[in-house]
Amino acid sequence: MNRVLESLGWMGRYLWAGWAGLSGIFCFLAAWQAGHEIYGSFILPSPGETFAAMGLLAARPDFLAILAQSAVRALTGFGIAAGIGTVAGVLAGYSFAAMRLMKPVVTVLLGVPPIGWIVLALIWFGSSGGTAVMTVIIASAPVSFAGALEGVAKRDRQLEVMAQAFGGPWFYRLRTVTMPHVLSYLFPAWTTTAGSAWKVTVMAELLSNSGGIGGELATARALFDIAQVSAWLTITVGLALLTDYGLLHLLREALERWRAAGLPWGVKR
Amino acid sequence: MGCQTMSDRSILRFEHVGHAFLGRSLFENFDLGIAPGETVALLGPSGSGKTTILQIAAGIIDPVRGRVHRHYRRQGLVFQEPRLLPWMTLIDNIAYGLAAAGLPRRERRERAGLFALEVGLEVADFGKYPVELSGGMRQRAGVARALAVEPDMLFLDEPFSAVDVGLRRHLQELLVGAARRRGFSTLLVTHDLHEALLVADRLIVLSGVDGRVIAAHKPAGSPGRRMARTVFDEAERLSESPAFAELFSARERVR
Repeated sequence: MNRVLESLGWMGRYLWAGWAGLSGIFCFLAAWQAGHEIYGSFILPSPGETFAAMGLLAARPDFLAILAQSAVRALTGFGIAAGIGTVAGVLAGYSFAAMRLMKPVVTVLLGVPPIGWIVLALIWFGSSGGTAVMTVIIASAPVSFAGALEGVAKRDRQLEVMAQAFGGPWFYRLRTVTMPHVLSYLFPAWTTTAGSAWKVTVMAELLSNSGGIGGELATARALFDIAQVSAWLTITVGLALLTDYGLLHLLREALERWRAAGLPWGVKR
Repeated sequence: MGCQTMSDRSILRFEHVGHAFLGRSLFENFDLGIAPGETVALLGPSGSGKTTILQIAAGIIDPVRGRVHRHYRRQGLVFQEPRLLPWMTLIDNIAYGLAAAGLPRRERRERAGLFALEVGLEVADFGKYPVELSGGMRQRAGVARALAVEPDMLFLDEPFSAVDVGLRRHLQELLVGAARRRGFSTLLVTHDLHEALLVADRLIVLSGVDGRVIAAHKPAGSPGRRMARTVFDEAERLSESPAFAELFSARERVR
């Protein structure tokens, strides 16, 4: 019973904290409206026009299928990138040789702009979902890699000695000592990666004409339907925020409750 | 060196152990045997290799030379600082060694709870994270974690140097009582002569200069003060090290 109440209280605090985020969004909408007042609907449709266009899009029978297509690509790319980047980063953190081998590769990968990978992926995969997924993986994995590497390199070795002294097998030590520490480095990396996964997916879809939100964006641009362009962009941002706050932040709050325990009452969020 | 008592009954035995760090020899040919139920205190100035010997004994680091024979099943370790995992609750921290040994969750929590109560922690604190506890409570938890595994061999690495006098005395007495009741052996590393006298059956004094053992004594049935006098008289005779000034001044207090 106590655990249920504790979880409910924690969820309530999490949702309540949304007010602070909403106030920021309303400030942004006010600035957007001001821009619209200056430049007019053709250059910058108002938030109201954009939301009306979103309503029309949502009424389309294929709306959810379009979102699902992009979501599958973005989340698949994000999942694979986070998985590969994290595992490689943890290995590199433990092995000096692996770190020396992988770090230059990651630096090179980070230096190549996503648009370059899209062009290459178009040649390799053609106009298919593979182009978007591959671009997301290559553009995002290095960020997770760097986060995991940093986390493992800065782990508390005294805690590891403690775990070793109590006879913890290596995987148990990794799970109970290293990974909880690495998570605090991984979450910012994953947040960045998740946001860029949506952006890169839409960009790849637009350039490869492979459907999804990017494909619709290309069509709207061709028709000079600026309100619809704004609507698709707003939807993309909304989906990125949903991934961030509905998935990653929630996961972080659940896994890192101990951090909140150390904060004085009133500044817990 | 190697004037320590050796015995076939030893549950922990160092055999000609030597160790070096960054090319500097910490100690050479160190021999030590600890009998079941015996408590041995390692004394010496900073840098004399006390903690290194303890870490070698506990299997945390491997010695450069020599061998360590361990004839026990379970070991516990209390560190100078509590070393609790900040992401685990108090009770899960105390149960850490039991979880590492694969005990089911309910069983290990029950057992950890008993030891938590034994060191003076309260049930209301079991669900708290280390950051919510006082320094003394955290150190108590560190002691409970070591006792909870029901060790045959307990290693204490200056475990009470950072706690206040009252708590220090309480934990020292608690450990002496636990060692007597349960019969485990203890290797204590300390700077504190009085602590060593209270807890140990045998004192070993390490040189701070070249890693020599300059005194190792176990006068039969000797009360603490006489043992200390014997040890430090010999230490004074053998050592030319100014690093022993602090220990010698401790001897004056004992006299």
